[in-house]
Amino acid sequence: MKRIVIHEEYCMGCRLCEIHCLVQHSKSKQIIKAYKGEFPKPLSRVLVEEQGYLSFALQCRHCEDAPCLEACMTGSLHRDAETGAVICHEDKCVGCWMCIMVCPLGVIARRREGKKAASKCDLCAGEKIPVCVQHCPNEAITFEER
Amino acid sequence: MAKVPIAPDFIVERDKDKCISCQVCCRMCSNDAHVYDRERDQVDTLSGRCVGCHFCESFCPTGALTVRQNPSQIRQNANWNQQMLTWVAKQAETGGVLLTGMGCDQPFPIYWDHILLNASQVTNPSIDPLREPMELRTYIGRKPDRLELAGGSDQGKGARLKNKLEKQLVLQTPILFSAMSYGSISLNACKSLAWAASEFGTFYNTGEGGLHRDLYPYGANTIVQVASGRFGVHMEYLKAGAAIEIKIGQGAKPGIGGHLPGEKVDEEVSRTRMIPVGTDALSPAPHHDIYSIEDLRQLIYALKEATRYEKPVGVKISAVHNVAPIATGVVRAGADFVTIDGLRGGTGAAPTVIRNNVGIPIELAIAAVDSRLRQEGIRNHASVIAAGGFRTSGDIIKAIALGADAVYIGTAALVALGCHLCQRCYTGKCNWGIATQDPFLTKRLNPAIGARRLVNLLRAWSLEIKEMMGGMGINAIESLRGNREALRGVGLSDTELKILGIKPAGEAW
Amino acid sequence: MVKTKYLIIGNSIAAVNAVEAIREIDRHGSLCLVSDEPYHTYSRPLISYYLGNKVEEEALSYRPDHFYDLNKVQAFLGDKVVSLNCREKQVVLEDKTYIQFEKLLLATGGSAIMPQMPGQNLAGVFTFTTLDDAQRVKKFIATHQVKKAVVIGGGLIGLKVTEALVALNIQVTIIELADRILSATFDRTASRIIERALKGIGCACLTNSTVKEIRQGEEEGRVGSVVLKDESQIECQMVIVAVGVRPRVDLAREAGISLGRGILVDEYLKTSAEDIYAAGDAVEAYDLIAKMPRPVAILPTAAKQGRIAGYNMAGGRKVYEGSIPMNSVELAGIPTISVGLTDPAMLADVDRRNSLEIIQDYRERESIYKKIVLEDNRIVGVILINKIDRAGIYTGLIKDRVDVAYFREYLLKDDFGLLSLPREYRKHMVIGQGIEI
Repeated sequence: MKRIVIHEEYCMGCRLCEIHCLVQHSKSKQIIKAYKGEFPKPLSRVLVEEQGYLSFALQCRHCEDAPCLEACMTGSLHRDAETGAVICHEDKCVGCWMCIMVCPLGVIARRREGKKAASKCDLCAGEKIPVCVQHCPNEAITFEER
Repeated sequence: MAKVPIAPDFIVERDKDKCISCQVCCRMCSNDAHVYDRERDQVDTLSGRCVGCHFCESFCPTGALTVRQNPSQIRQNANWNQQMLTWVAKQAETGGVLLTGMGCDQPFPIYWDHILLNASQVTNPSIDPLREPMELRTYIGRKPDRLELAGGSDQGKGARLKNKLEKQLVLQTPILFSAMSYGSISLNACKSLAWAASEFGTFYNTGEGGLHRDLYPYGANTIVQVASGRFGVHMEYLKAGAAIEIKIGQGAKPGIGGHLPGEKVDEEVSRTRMIPVGTDALSPAPHHDIYSIEDLRQLIYALKEATRYEKPVGVKISAVHNVAPIATGVVRAGADFVTIDGLRGGTGAAPTVIRNNVGIPIELAIAAVDSRLRQEGIRNHASVIAAGGFRTSGDIIKAIALGADAVYIGTAALVALGCHLCQRCYTGKCNWGIATQDPFLTKRLNPAIGARRLVNLLRAWSLEIKEMMGGMGINAIESLRGNREALRGVGLSDTELKILGIKPAGEAW
Repeated sequence: MVKTKYLIIGNSIAAVNAVEAIREIDRHGSLCLVSDEPYHTYSRPLISYYLGNKVEEEALSYRPDHFYDLNKVQAFLGDKVVSLNCREKQVVLEDKTYIQFEKLLLATGGSAIMPQMPGQNLAGVFTFTTLDDAQRVKKFIATHQVKKAVVIGGGLIGLKVTEALVALNIQVTIIELADRILSATFDRTASRIIERALKGIGCACLTNSTVKEIRQGEEEGRVGSVVLKDESQIECQMVIVAVGVRPRVDLAREAGISLGRGILVDEYLKTSAEDIYAAGDAVEAYDLIAKMPRPVAILPTAAKQGRIAGYNMAGGRKVYEGSIPMNSVELAGIPTISVGLTDPAMLADVDRRNSLEIIQDYRERESIYKKIVLEDNRIVGVILINKIDRAGIYTGLIKDRVDVAYFREYLLKDDFGLLSLPREYRKHMVIGQGIEI
């Protein structure tokens, strides 16, 4: 399946990936409205880890043997048959955070404003290339068949 | 008397409606000019720290930033401008030599902008570069005095060349990447130049920094430089390159040697240059073993012997008042190519007053050197490579028409990699990841992207040169070389026209 | 007589995951499923959300409506299996239907423990493990005036039911036998934080206490109060008994299958009987932390066991490595996560207890608690209260038994992340299992 591949040697730590992910998953999909006007505040599903000059953008790996799928108590986490991505039905999610407890990479976030739900990368369903990859200025993340 | 504050060079304007406090600017500015205030959830800018590199403006996701020259004005003064006041203030403050980076930015005449090209009309039809073969291939090296052929029919079919040719560098386009040392620029920048040169079929120059071991695989496209400090010069180094260039001087600072401030000398740079970490790398002004033209000849042949005459050995000189006789001397000393670097050549660090006031424009230098070598009948003994501020393919084609075999581009290559000419290379804080060794900053230059952009630049310019050549009815760059008839001057004095060796616009054959 | 290749007894987490696993390998083999609950498969933990009106009844399903059709499952819902014959490979249902199988999965789950005491049959006394229980409680509250309730048991089920009742404006008193609530999940500090929070939402917690009698009130046959062992009396109109769950093994016992406290299984989740597997709350598999077989009745374990048992039934040969006890639950608005061995003081093995190390970060005013238990420089237990983000990284380190000696100092930091881990390990993780670095 097509996955996001991380090249940590080129990540600048600019976090433009986080910004565009947030906008993509907002209601308005416009950057100024998303940041200034929306409640609950949309969440970025990609997280940039940084320590010293090392940094990289981390998001759900859509693991073949995904522990979150097993831990989900409502069945809202499921795998998309077409893309192979692990998706969370935020409407069905009750925010029990079992998935957060088992994800070995810690890439699932909590939406605490408004309705509680788990929030994670969905490979930007509907877009040809995930927006984080599209907007990375240094090609530190690429979208490849692996 | 109280301390005299120095006004900032730039003001960064932030459009409050567009700013979303995403803090990309804060994270990305190596000079810490943008600061996030958590309490007010706002980003403030300390304009005094801004160097005008435009990194923040380029990456702001909402386009909220504009970097402007400080609009604060002094009383109008044709003699003293703001820049002069700032210089005096800084020197009064520090007592030091003012340093700067990149090429001369003063308003001396740019002769390229006074030279015009020809085009074919009616009598000599133009050639369509997209439909007919156009030859840009250039050979750098010594050419024979006369071609001797053996055998063959009356029409020359089947004839063989009897001359034993000297080793040549083969370029697919008359453009090379200028000498920029590893140390003044990052390893990622060097890799971008090496990969691009290798992919396009041209060469790049190591500059005085030696050759990093990661770059040895690209040796076939590398010209290794032997400068007055002899940094990084050892047998493997000489063997690795395709040609050797002895650097006597450079256009940005004729008469003095290279500068690399200690801040930019880290582990890897230290190992490559063979100097201690953190020390300033100041090359001596002369080569201390070259005090006469005979000494230069000795060094040229020592290098040829060491590399078994398998590589062209050339010499790089600055364009100064007597560049023509100096070039003649260099050619007669046995150089296979001579590089002349003009007033506008770039640098990573040079004293400002020298960069701005020493040397002559390359346009005049090319014409002078080419004319003199032709007069003495030795033009074929060495190729002439010109350097110093080529901005467009127009400049390049004019340089070739004036007499250069090929040109070196330095500043243009860095601009292709993102440089915005803030002239702060010597601080080692280049936000674009070019003129720095800070690992946080060097990550920003991805060599894959850098090489792609450089190859694009070479391709674009090569196509434009072909277009212009075709327009002139020429299909091989050789027909243009030294062909002053292809050029006309506009707005130039008689003396300037005479030195350039071109007619004024309006005058026919 | 129904003949089927695969038969699954159960309709909850382990059963459903087994169905999916079987169908990944064998799309056509006949598959029957029997459950004594008449409902489409539902998520058991959600019944307290349903009671508290946080979730509608339609939203309780664990899988979409077309689940059985999509997976070609013949489902016998609301039918009870009354006997199992291992040698003949047959089960008999209550309505006398015989089902002949080739491979069987026992996913019978657990049942609530009901301690014997006077008054246990009064109207208003409930256990709380099934949807039917939740429906009954809901109906009781709707028809009778319930102002006060007593919840016997301060464990996870007891506390979740308490939350639901508080959301319905009922005043709750929790009676706990041990000296603190959540004694099986948390340590003293964590329990104290939750006790304080519960008090803040108006619940009373009585520890070191137990109910010895339930008395009727003014209405004949209905709960009016409970009497504690210290003879004090608490007025209430409803009692929820949540003292624990035990594996449902009656069927297995009568069929002669080997049992411990739960159904005993090998590393392939096979029972002592040929072609009969077991998974979920009914099972006693190897506990990786306790280092012995032990029932670990949590959802992720049931799901994983269901999948592996399913694969193996369909011809695969996957090994179940073992369970790690873990829980994620928000109590009184405070998110908490606990994994593995959280309270060394509770260990019976003194030598092991003494060899364990604890590092912690407790910020009392903000109710932030982070505790890590180390054994031989490997994490064996974690408690996180309030700052639970990225907790799974610790779980991964526990599961992979990673030596944390070189980055111990980073473990409790707020920005602890993959960059704190050794480069080779994290590169392997982000690239993906089975893909070369």
